[in-house]
Amino acid sequence: MRDIAKYAGQAIVLLALVAGVGFLASSPAYQHFPEGQALIKMTFVHGGQHVGGCRRRTAAELEEMAANMRRLMDCPRDRLPVVIELDVDGQRVHREVIAASGLHGDGPAVYYDSFQVAAGAHSIAVRLRDTDREEGFDYEGSAEFVLEPSQLLVVQFRPEAGGFVFR
Amino acid sequence: MKLVQRPICWGLDLVERVLDWPFGQVWNPLRHLGALGFFMYWIVAATGIYLYIFFDTGITAAYQSVEYMTHDQWYLAGVMRSLHRYASDGMVLFMVLHLLREFARDRYRGVRWFSWVTGAPVIALLFVCGITGYWLVWDQLAQFIAVRTTEWFDWLPIFGTPIAANFLTSDMLDDRFFSLMIFLHIAAPLLLLLVMWIHLWRVSRPKIHPPRGLAVGMFLAFIVLSLVKPALSHAPADLGKVAGIVNLDWFYLGFYPLLDYWSSGTVWAAALIGTLTLVLLPWMPPMRRAPAAVVHLDHCNGCSRCADDCPYGAVTMQPRTDGAKFDLEAVVNPTLCVSCGICVGACPSSTPFRRRRDIATGIDLPHLSLADLREAVGKASVGLVGDARVIVIGCENTLNGNTAGDVSTSYVTVLCAGMLPPPFIDYVLNRDLADGVVVAGCAREDCNNRFGNTWTEARIDRTRDPTLRRRVPRERLARLWLARGDRGSLGRRVSAFAETLKSLPKLPHKGDEAPVPPVLRKSENTENA
Ligand code: HEM
Ligand code: SF4
Ligand code: SF4
Repeated sequence: MRDIAKYAGQAIVLLALVAGVGFLASSPAYQHFPEGQALIKMTFVHGGQHVGGCRRRTAAELEEMAANMRRLMDCPRDRLPVVIELDVDGQRVHREVIAASGLHGDGPAVYYDSFQVAAGAHSIAVRLRDTDREEGFDYEGSAEFVLEPSQLLVVQFRPEAGGFVFR
Repeated sequence: MKLVQRPICWGLDLVERVLDWPFGQVWNPLRHLGALGFFMYWIVAATGIYLYIFFDTGITAAYQSVEYMTHDQWYLAGVMRSLHRYASDGMVLFMVLHLLREFARDRYRGVRWFSWVTGAPVIALLFVCGITGYWLVWDQLAQFIAVRTTEWFDWLPIFGTPIAANFLTSDMLDDRFFSLMIFLHIAAPLLLLLVMWIHLWRVSRPKIHPPRGLAVGMFLAFIVLSLVKPALSHAPADLGKVAGIVNLDWFYLGFYPLLDYWSSGTVWAAALIGTLTLVLLPWMPPMRRAPAAVVHLDHCNGCSRCADDCPYGAVTMQPRTDGAKFDLEAVVNPTLCVSCGICVGACPSSTPFRRRRDIATGIDLPHLSLADLREAVGKASVGLVGDARVIVIGCENTLNGNTAGDVSTSYVTVLCAGMLPPPFIDYVLNRDLADGVVVAGCAREDCNNRFGNTWTEARIDRTRDPTLRRRVPRERLARLWLARGDRGSLGRRVSAFAETLKSLPKLPHKGDEAPVPPVLRKSENTENA
């Protein structure tokens, strides 16, 4: 009798244990993204123009350099930062100056960010500057979208495809 | 540190006591957490092999193949899938409890640092296994994990292009990344096994198998769970959408919500701080380091019992160096010795039947030597009166400083029950120092030094050397193996034992070669006998 009670006790403990495991294995559910919202993800890897122009080395300078290192032109490797702007429905949502990557600032600017917007119709405009111009932008893109709830709109910048790509 | 340990200890003690009732000390799952971890591992490995047969390794076909297993072949592959998932969860559960328990019981510092520190990569690898596993289903949960994980990793300045950009649109998705995950999901568990093995390097005779009854019960319980609540997938991944609600497996994915609330950098910092804290814990104060056991060659005959019994493999037998006629001698590696004294209890030279100045043994502890022990036993007998005088010899954990005693009872503390050489029991009764002896120690399967109580039992039962002489009347000897939560009952149990002594015929006494009493049965006063 006592044995049966003990086995029953064991069964209860073990079943309670696996019930706990089973529960936590998939619940409570986690609301990762709010209902009725959509997401814009903007990303690119793009090198800004090189800083300044090239300079011709003087004969004396060339003389001092090791023979295999002699190059007539001295071109700075640093790149300019890339400036990006995102407008949604005419409102500025984001503006960022993205520095060139790499230890010497000679790599491309790397960008990846997301923006949450309410589902529905939106006009989206993006601008990018990769030169040393004072005003305006080198690339612009805009489009109208009707975003469904939870929809993901990807904005990429691909100069080889002519600029901004929305999908 | 004590402030953190105490509440965990208290909670564990409570649950342990409750579980001791249905399971008994020997089957209590809390005393086999490491072994249960291994058991879960084998279930996961076996079911994983089966699942791999039906799994399609292409990213577009993976989901369908898992659906096939879950629904079309629910009776076998489906159950396997559920077992695979739930046993993996069980592994995390048992690992966390095991970690907490070793921590709360203060078994992580000193020479035990090695097992503790090698536990850290076990945690990391287990998480890699779990996360890549959920990735392979390529449902919306997998998509959520893929995006969040890669975004998190992109914070590290190691990737030229954001790897999260791989998961922006379906046409950018390629099989290569997915294959990498499959590879990781196979490689990580193998590596995990390797690290689990390293984890046990310094533990001799590690308990890696739970008792059969417990294993069977546990397995059946997981089968029931798999049948009642089969593991299911979310809807197939759709990169054009953000997964809104996900049913997280909180064992493996519980930290993902942090990535929504904190920045990636903060989560990395938290992970780093957590890891460092864990790994450095053994060296945080209070520092306690008892001196290691010392071998006295002139009393060592090279029998290797100490090496057999040491729970941490700290004693090795090496060729004799002192010219004595024996082949071997015991050598202690101080970096492995936890100073439990189990070797002292194992040594055939550990006998109190000698003149005071001769008392010495083959292997001894500097801070509580065999001579100290005999002195303590002698002192304990002084002033005891009545016909039910009891000397309780208990380990420091079980007595826990409660050694006040009274007119008929006194207490002697040893470092571990296994430290008590069996001849001491003989000595107490033979020299009429008391009418009964109680040996008290940690619960079965739960000795703080792993085997102290087990070896003591075996020595008394004469199944392991050095054995307790037959002439010792077993009815005058009680063994009390008390769960931590049950220590308060020691006094009561000792009194109950003392009562039984009153009705026994008086012992003939004095002299080493006293007549052997009639054949004895095993003591009734044993916990769970
Ligand atoms: C699933 C993962 C793990 C498994 C399967 C496992 C398994 C084991 C086993 C079988 C033992 C030997 C127990 C014995 O025979 O007395 C052990 C000891 C130990 N484990 Fe683990 N372990 C795991 C994770 C961890 C972690 C994460 C930590 C802490 C960071 C840890 C800390 C320890 C310590 C300190 C000991 C030594 C106890 C002693 O010296 O008395 N373990 N483990
Ligand atoms: S004191 Fe314990 S750990 Fe040290 S050598 Fe002896 S049995 Fe091994
Ligand atoms: S148990 Fe004693 S006699 Fe035997 S090897 Fe160890 S120290 Fe030597």
